[in-house]
Amino acid sequence: MNEHKPLVHIVKRTDIRWWKAWIIRLLSVAAALIVCAAVIYAIVKLNPLKVYGSMWNGAFGTKRRSWVTVRDTMMLLCIGIGLAPAFKMRFWNIGAEGQILIGGVATAACMIFLGKLMPTWLLLIVMFAASIAAGAIWGLIPALFKARWNTNETLFTLMMNYVAIQLTSFFVSLWEHPAGSNSVGIINQSGKEGWFPALLGNQYTLNVIIVTILTLGMFIYLRYSKHGYEITIVGESERTARYAGISVKRVIIRTMCLSGAICGVSGFIAVSGASHTISTATAGGRGFTAIIVAWLAKFNAFVMILISLLLVFLEAGAGQIASDYNLNEYASKIIIGIILFFILGSEFFINYRLVFRRKESTR
Amino acid sequence: MEYAVQMKNISKSFGSINANSNVNIDIYKGEILALLGENGSGKTTLMNILSGIYYPDSGQIFVSGKEVSISSPKEAFNHHIGMIHQHFKLVDVFSAVENTVLGIEDEKFDLKAATKRIEDICGRYGFEVNPQQKVYDMSVSQKQTLEIVKALYRGADVLILDEPTAVLTPQETQRLFNVIRSMKADGKSIVIITHKLNEVMEISDRVAVLRKGHYIGEVETKDTDPQKLTDMMVGRAVSLNIRRTDPVNPVKRLEVNNLSVRNSEGVQVLKNISFTAYGGEILGIAGISGCGQKELLESIAGLQKAESGSSIKYYAPDGSVNEMIGLKPAEIMDMGVHLSFVPEDRLGMGLVGSMGMSDNMMLKSYRNSPGPFTDRSPSKKLAETVKEELEVMTPSINTPVRKLSGGNVQKVLVGREISAVPTVLMTAYAVRGLDINTSYTIYNLLAEQKEQGVAVIYVGEDLDVLIELCDRIIVLCGGELNDVVDARTVSKEEIGYKMTYLTGRGSDPREDKQ
Repeated sequence: MNEHKPLVHIVKRTDIRWWKAWIIRLLSVAAALIVCAAVIYAIVKLNPLKVYGSMWNGAFGTKRRSWVTVRDTMMLLCIGIGLAPAFKMRFWNIGAEGQILIGGVATAACMIFLGKLMPTWLLLIVMFAASIAAGAIWGLIPALFKARWNTNETLFTLMMNYVAIQLTSFFVSLWEHPAGSNSVGIINQSGKEGWFPALLGNQYTLNVIIVTILTLGMFIYLRYSKHGYEITIVGESERTARYAGISVKRVIIRTMCLSGAICGVSGFIAVSGASHTISTATAGGRGFTAIIVAWLAKFNAFVMILISLLLVFLEAGAGQIASDYNLNEYASKIIIGIILFFILGSEFFINYRLVFRRKESTR
Repeated sequence: MEYAVQMKNISKSFGSINANSNVNIDIYKGEILALLGENGSGKTTLMNILSGIYYPDSGQIFVSGKEVSISSPKEAFNHHIGMIHQHFKLVDVFSAVENTVLGIEDEKFDLKAATKRIEDICGRYGFEVNPQQKVYDMSVSQKQTLEIVKALYRGADVLILDEPTAVLTPQETQRLFNVIRSMKADGKSIVIITHKLNEVMEISDRVAVLRKGHYIGEVETKDTDPQKLTDMMVGRAVSLNIRRTDPVNPVKRLEVNNLSVRNSEGVQVLKNISFTAYGGEILGIAGISGCGQKELLESIAGLQKAESGSSIKYYAPDGSVNEMIGLKPAEIMDMGVHLSFVPEDRLGMGLVGSMGMSDNMMLKSYRNSPGPFTDRSPSKKLAETVKEELEVMTPSINTPVRKLSGGNVQKVLVGREISAVPTVLMTAYAVRGLDINTSYTIYNLLAEQKEQGVAVIYVGEDLDVLIELCDRIIVLCGGELNDVVDARTVSKEEIGYKMTYLTGRGSDPREDKQ
């Protein structure tokens, strides 16, 4: 046989069973843990199993930690759900940060100015509506420009983030409390007006309920509604959409309003259901992290739950090992990086397989 | 004769599909070999293996009697094998000479010397290439010539041409054939991948036939004829006749007047086109690709903005007359104008690649069901019907159509359009990429539509078919309507001539009679 024959060549898979794909993904996580173990041992000479235990501890170690993990997962998931329709339409909405902030500002405004005027249930509804409107407007503006003048939505949504950040700092200094603190402080701390009520004995039940409804709704919307069908077509090819008689502009505008609105709702949840304050850090980069959630899940709302949980778990775990072992944040970030790298890399093995040179083919 | 290349027991599969199974093929020095087969028979895959694009799963390749392994196009060139693909691989903003030297590493970058060598090659084989011309200024035929020169420059002795005539006019085809003959006289081996039988008969010395990935056999061209080759290709006797009836009671359906269109770059692509289409006849549109055919059909479908002064009138079966310019595609559908339109670019426009057959069936009708949700049951049923009647090869009606072969994709599209019961049916390149059998199925479906009184507008590239299938043919040349000819009396050469040279405005023969 010829010695030039390559050792390995890459062949595209045409289709793969779903369970095989999941085995590959699980194997990649296992491989990631093994590599991380080696790295951990090599760098800090710690027992990797103990480090993993400490990661688990950071996310689920106590009841309170578990609930924080759930709360953060719901928050990330909510943003991912908001981004899914935009990205499915191939509209690169990287403006979730701004949409969250502006939804949060609207929520905080309601809490501050309407808190004493109406009962909590009504206030919650008003805040919900206000955050939807604010987020939708923040999504609508780039969509209008895209539909009318074909502006680049990536740059536009990105710049809208900075506008939102500046607006937020403006309102923070306007509503500063106590004076000189350069923060809004906990809003309505005494009367808890506009705070999510504790349902079924837990503070975060309402977060879970709202996000679950949104997740289910988005799954159905994208898969079974006419709107969802149109979004898929526009995302695939605008020419096909026009050929089918779809008004591409209308779909872009409508979908971005929806996307912005749901991101606005995440701002509502962040302010009213979690931190009870507003600052430029309210979004905290989650508007970008959620892009990973939406894409990795291929816009499947249920898969997004898993991915949000994974990301939040890694984040919490990294924080925990940093404090447990006196490591700096970077060491734990390396571990997150390795795990994400393996999970993303597994997609390659799902789409392609390697064919090795066969030894027995010498004749 | 001496072997240039031998391919032995080549197999290659993509997933569960065997594109090639144990194919044996020999290419001799100084011959023109036609590689014949229907679409999806594995011709291109086989040649892609030889030119280093794919790596075979098993099998051996010998070049000049020595076993070699070809794992990249570069290695293929090291063995003096070059391939000219259907889609040209040229950099638009570079000149001919810059494109030619692109990627050659083991040579000094010297454009002057390269220009000199290109001119030598051109002089030797009779090419016409201006080395300084930019690719974006070139016609399709010039680009193809440049691709051949590129391959020769890299020292190719075995040249593979993948369906080279698909984009050429009859005159350009003749020019290409002359060049191929002079390369043969110089001792080069040429492989032409094709499914056009008349060309096989005209140019080749030998024919090798593939069917469904298997090697069927080879014959000397002088010992065979088109019917025999078709039978080898298809595996059973196929009749090569298109049924054409005389139009019965043609009724005016579309009247196009002074239609002018500019594309998005502001270039005028259609100039003052006027013609009439009748229900009960097939109106052919001939022209070199890119001469306004696409824009013409898109204007009628409401997808192109026409210049002011243009008019397209639709004569509905109930007697009402409506102007269609300025209406949106959806409005054209809503007002009862049934334009079924098979776009040129199947996946870019007519179908959604990531959706299955079933979901693609409701692309234009999903609005009709009440409520905010889609009703998928009618499209499921329709998908099953189309799958069965047009013999679409797909694992399931939910398999993304992107994964189907070109021919099957086309069947899905045509099936959907015909099922919409149109009054005007426009098709562009309806059989591009289809095997012979299916092509004839489609021709007969169109003929059937015509007999039912549908006004069929057929944009095609195979002039033989246009002449056999249509009643009248509009010839476009550079965006202008050059002539309207009677398909029953016109010759292929005459149409070819009118596609390339403006002969002054011809009149519509039917218009004269009335």
